[in-house]
Amino acid sequence: MIELDVTTDRGIAVVVPRGRLNMVAARQLRQVLADIITGGTSRIVVDLAETTFLDSSGLGALIGGLKSARQAGGDLRIARPTPEVMTVFTLTNMDKVLRPRDDVGSAFDV
Amino acid sequence: MSRRLLLLRGIVLVTAILGLNYIVWRWLFSVHWSAWWIAVPLVIAETYSLVDSLLFGMTMWRLKERGEPPPATPDQTVDVFITTYNEPLDLVLDTARAAVAIRYPHQTWILDDGNRPEMRDAAAELGIGWITRSPDWAGMPRHAKAGNLNNALQATDGEFLLILDADQIPSPDILDRTLGYFDDENVGLVQTPQYFVNVPESDPLGSQAPLFYGPIQQGKDGWNAAFFCGSNAVIRREALMQIGITRYVHEIGVGVDRALRSARSVLTAARKDLGDDEVGVRKAIDDVLYDVGRTRREIARGGALLDATYRFQTRVAEIRRQLVAADLQLVSADLDLIAELDQLAGMSDQSLATVSLEALDRATARDLSPLGAIEAVEALIRAVDVDRSDEAMPVMPMATISVTEDMATCMRMHGLGWRSVYHDEVLAHGLAPEDLESMLTQRLRWAQGTAQVMFRENPLVQKRLSWPQRLMYFGTMWSYLSGFAALVYIAAPVIYLTLGVLPVQALSTDFFIRLVPFLVVNQLLFFVAANGRPTWRGQQYSLALFPVWIKSVTSAFGNVFLRRDLDFSVTPKERKEFAVARWDLVRPQLIAMGALALAGVAGVVRLAVGQASWLGTSLNLVWVVFDLVIFSVIIRAVRYRGFEPPDARPPDPSPSDASPTRAVAPARQPDRQPARQPASRRGSHRGER
Repeated sequence: MIELDVTTDRGIAVVVPRGRLNMVAARQLRQVLADIITGGTSRIVVDLAETTFLDSSGLGALIGGLKSARQAGGDLRIARPTPEVMTVFTLTNMDKVLRPRDDVGSAFDV
Repeated sequence: MSRRLLLLRGIVLVTAILGLNYIVWRWLFSVHWSAWWIAVPLVIAETYSLVDSLLFGMTMWRLKERGEPPPATPDQTVDVFITTYNEPLDLVLDTARAAVAIRYPHQTWILDDGNRPEMRDAAAELGIGWITRSPDWAGMPRHAKAGNLNNALQATDGEFLLILDADQIPSPDILDRTLGYFDDENVGLVQTPQYFVNVPESDPLGSQAPLFYGPIQQGKDGWNAAFFCGSNAVIRREALMQIGITRYVHEIGVGVDRALRSARSVLTAARKDLGDDEVGVRKAIDDVLYDVGRTRREIARGGALLDATYRFQTRVAEIRRQLVAADLQLVSADLDLIAELDQLAGMSDQSLATVSLEALDRATARDLSPLGAIEAVEALIRAVDVDRSDEAMPVMPMATISVTEDMATCMRMHGLGWRSVYHDEVLAHGLAPEDLESMLTQRLRWAQGTAQVMFRENPLVQKRLSWPQRLMYFGTMWSYLSGFAALVYIAAPVIYLTLGVLPVQALSTDFFIRLVPFLVVNQLLFFVAANGRPTWRGQQYSLALFPVWIKSVTSAFGNVFLRRDLDFSVTPKERKEFAVARWDLVRPQLIAMGALALAGVAGVVRLAVGQASWLGTSLNLVWVVFDLVIFSVIIRAVRYRGFEPPDARPPDPSPSDASPTRAVAPARQPDRQPARQPASRRGSHRGER
């Protein structure tokens, strides 16, 4: 199972998925992201440092969140992917679209 | 290697050698050039048929008989999807009950694109899931069955998906017999045959495809190119989702590039119309132009696309804010145009990657005030940007480029390196159309879908597919071009018998010793490949449905390149009243038959008055008779009155098949699909004269 911790600080929500972000967890993540955005926060950082596994469904949930965040005038950034997770990004070319940030705190700086 | 395969390979080799020997000789030495208007079409048609035969030979070369499947690993999660649009409730529920009875643990879902409350209630009663489109789809292109499946993918989370058309009754062991293949982590798809129970032995409408769901898919399987046929298949969710993600990345890449190029022309045009005194506005436009260039360079250097567009949007929004105060009165005039751009982005059935640059330019060529131009650019980028405002879901795993999503999706899956499996065991029993009109509509739809894929994502240029894979996909598309060759094969004997024009230089010994052995081994190849399966019906329909094949190619061409409507036809829902035989549906075939018969009479007369040779006339008469025998299936089809189950039914694996409600032709709306070869059209190569 996955744990999804959410903290909000100065208008930026940080989501930390702990564990395997697979097809089951993807639905949870999609819901959590949707709730954050309906709750009025449209700038989101997904911190992947403690995500041990990511599949294409997980990526799909991130893209869905990105779409909603941008439609709400904000953005979704990802930070600190592990090498395993990064492989999935490269495999699907997602790295050409969304650059993972090295740091959560500065994810929205540039 | 099995003896059968060895035998097949031997015959394939001989067929190829004899065929090439014949066709080269035909081109170089025997074309009757002075009668080029029929001689050239004929030799082209013969070449077409030879290529078809060679592709078939290549398919048979690696025929893969898998035998017993590996046992299914326990404790995997499976979603069973039953797709429906407007099929009768009972028909869907029969399938649903059989799906519930599948032994391997799973979750059953009815994917009800008709959004019917009575279906919801029935599903609840059976304790299964009922899925309809989420609110995201409001006002968006629905993409028929592909959209229905994409929507359901988001609402479920099983590791594997069994996809069933509403009328395909699964056997209880369907998952036990297929899931084991997925122990190989590279396997993304297991396809099983489609078999129809409401078809008599004689199969007057050519519904069964024994050669396709058999040797052809097995041969493709040998080249790792067995493909998805829309139903009775198990798919690995990860494979589908990966397709969705990579396509998403690809399409926004193409879309953003086009939008930025278009943006530059809009801004340049607006800048030209500026008066000398409008310094502030000019500077704003220059700033945006600079940002357009900067963003393009950033992307060209490999900068992350969405980061680049985000920065672009932010900067342009800022520039516009500064300008707004100064330029308020000009805004309203441009609002219409901006709305139009947004609309363009949402053009139905077109993903932005396929919206042409010309279309964008047309919409943006109109005069814009400077502020309007800037807003237009923002709208344009927003439309193609991450939010994919033209689609309900940003990620669309099932391909939407064709009315038959299955083949296109599978080709992309192979492109990503996944393997497919064809398991040759009937594990679901379905219903075929029972009247000519529904049958013709269905075949047209499959053929159109295949032609759309050929035009939109031609397998020959898919760099990520291996060459054999490309040829296997292309082979199926190639076979749908047979309608044009059929025209020539009908015309040639008619022309000889009535006008005496011979398209070959001479009916010499040379001609016969090259042609006849080829025809014989070609038929032999067909015979050995079929291995006792009936193939004659398929051969007949591959020629007899020539108007359908021609229309499918021309309409798909018009749709893909000229943006015409596909004339999308809905397969009628209920079985037609059979009071009137629908001869009107097969008028071209009747005309062809009449012409052939009259030409036969004319040929005999010409022979009697000494105007024609014995050899040429008798040869062409044989040809005419052959064509007429082929076409005779059309007469049977028009006269067919639907399926009547024999009183003593053979033991039937699915109890509900005989129920009267299921004798209704399956409803086919945007929902049906198997991209199938025009049944079994092999061996129809006829280089005869």
